[in-house]
Amino acid sequence: MSAILRLAELNAAYAAAIDADRLEAWPEFFHETCLYKVTTAENLRQGYAAGVIYADTRAMLRDRVFALRKANIYERQSYRHIVGLPRITADDGQEIAAETPFLVVRTMQDGRMDLFATGLYLDRVRHAGASLLFAERIVACDSQRFDTLLAIPL
Amino acid sequence: MDGPAVPAPHPILPDGLTRIPFWAYQDTTLPAEEQARLFQGPTWNYLCLEQDIPDAGDWRTTFVGTMPVVVARTADGAIAAFENRCVHRGSLICLDQAGKGAKDFTCVYHAWRYDLGGTLRSVAFQHGINGKGGMPDGFRPEAHGPRKLRVSTLCGLVFGTLSPATPDIEAYVGPDVLARISRAAGRKLEVIGRFTEVLPNNWKLYAENVRDTYHASLLHVFFATFKINRLTQGGGVSVSPDGGCHVSETLAPTDTVDTAYDGLRSVDAELRLADPSLLDSVDEHGDGVSQQIVSVFPNFVLQRTRNAFALRHFLPRGVDRTDLHWIFLGYADDTAELRTSRLRQINLTGPAGYVSLEDGCIGGFVERGAAAAADQTTILEMGGEGTESQQSRASETAVRGFWKQWRATMRL
Repeated sequence: MSAILRLAELNAAYAAAIDADRLEAWPEFFHETCLYKVTTAENLRQGYAAGVIYADTRAMLRDRVFALRKANIYERQSYRHIVGLPRITADDGQEIAAETPFLVVRTMQDGRMDLFATGLYLDRVRHAGASLLFAERIVACDSQRFDTLLAIPL
Repeated sequence: MDGPAVPAPHPILPDGLTRIPFWAYQDTTLPAEEQARLFQGPTWNYLCLEQDIPDAGDWRTTFVGTMPVVVARTADGAIAAFENRCVHRGSLICLDQAGKGAKDFTCVYHAWRYDLGGTLRSVAFQHGINGKGGMPDGFRPEAHGPRKLRVSTLCGLVFGTLSPATPDIEAYVGPDVLARISRAAGRKLEVIGRFTEVLPNNWKLYAENVRDTYHASLLHVFFATFKINRLTQGGGVSVSPDGGCHVSETLAPTDTVDTAYDGLRSVDAELRLADPSLLDSVDEHGDGVSQQIVSVFPNFVLQRTRNAFALRHFLPRGVDRTDLHWIFLGYADDTAELRTSRLRQINLTGPAGYVSLEDGCIGGFVERGAAAAADQTTILEMGGEGTESQQSRASETAVRGFWKQWRATMRL
């Protein structure tokens, strides 16, 4: 399978896990040491390092899911990810770098639907055994604004 | 200070500070009244960081309530702030969020040109073309200009006011707030992120939430469970003389067994972080304070939660919407280790924060719960009826303080 198809398969599995509320599977798409960060295109342009979510280990991603399940209070809601084709920006045989556009529609418990986020996944992907996993996924949202709160990961 | 006469079709507020009717958050005539009397009245409004505009010609745009404002560094190094509205036809003068090296500002509509201080300097075709058209002979550009703000800086934070009656900012915030701002902001700051959270509620519900020391460990389960903040930890809340500014502090947890939360929803002894390095912190100010919230009336917050360090600036966008701007900060001389702690601990705050994401939705829950309750009131009696500083955070003293200054400023 070509690199693009394998990335598309990874993205499809990633989005399906989140959208079907199988959040416990989400950290498993990452290497043990990794970087998952949700930020915005403008923050990246300005060179600002912060993200509204920032995890540099898979265990922190598990904690995020645990907190969403056990601790944090927010209205029931779900996402639908529409993920575009990856554009490979580098591939040295060990690691693939790619940019992939995404769009997320959020549906609230009362049926209200909103275009919640669009942006680019800026990824670095490496194999762990037979699986491709994210070494880095920077979620670069197009808008500076987050409506009400960001609970479920993008 | 007398503002413009504003019609007040709403009912009279009850005496005291312990009962706030829900119409105070809902009445669609109040935003215009708040804009005139409060945001454009005797209050200090956060504008920007001094370092956002380090050199002559640097500028940023922001808002005082709903009034668009330009803040600029002038040729002599001073900071000027003026309404972002061309006096000719009312267009925005500056369209972007920020810029550098401007010599002047020219309105795109008809090229009326302002200096960096907001004074009109020239009018395109003032003398017409070939002797025809143009402005009347007596028209003097420098006699016109958008409204100018009085500017004060406090430890690198730039505030502005439109009222000559606003007291000096040091007296306005009071000694306790001043001491905390001096400690936190009195070093070279570095912006490390900017995000905006859109809140589905009136701005005052967020202003109360900021000052509500009672809710923190009850609504934010993450805090209590991981013992980052419990009301039984040491700390307290201090309220400024006029009521509207406050400091609340939580001291780092002690190891003593704490049973005050037994039986409450927000305790789950089983919760443990898989990667506790999230909470690795440096006591960088040497004061043992793990959480500090400082507010400046009406809509500014300086916060540190362990090593996460942020400004919050919230602006009304209609009677039931608020833009909450988060500006995450470090110091220019942060060690790599400390900077990593800040980046990790921003997970606690902001729109996705473990101990703040609930604050994004709780105001909306109040709006929806109180949708038919304009003539009903809240109950604000935790910790008494007054606005005095208290050692306990099981108190609504700072929330009452907000209403004390709101009522005085609004003359309601």
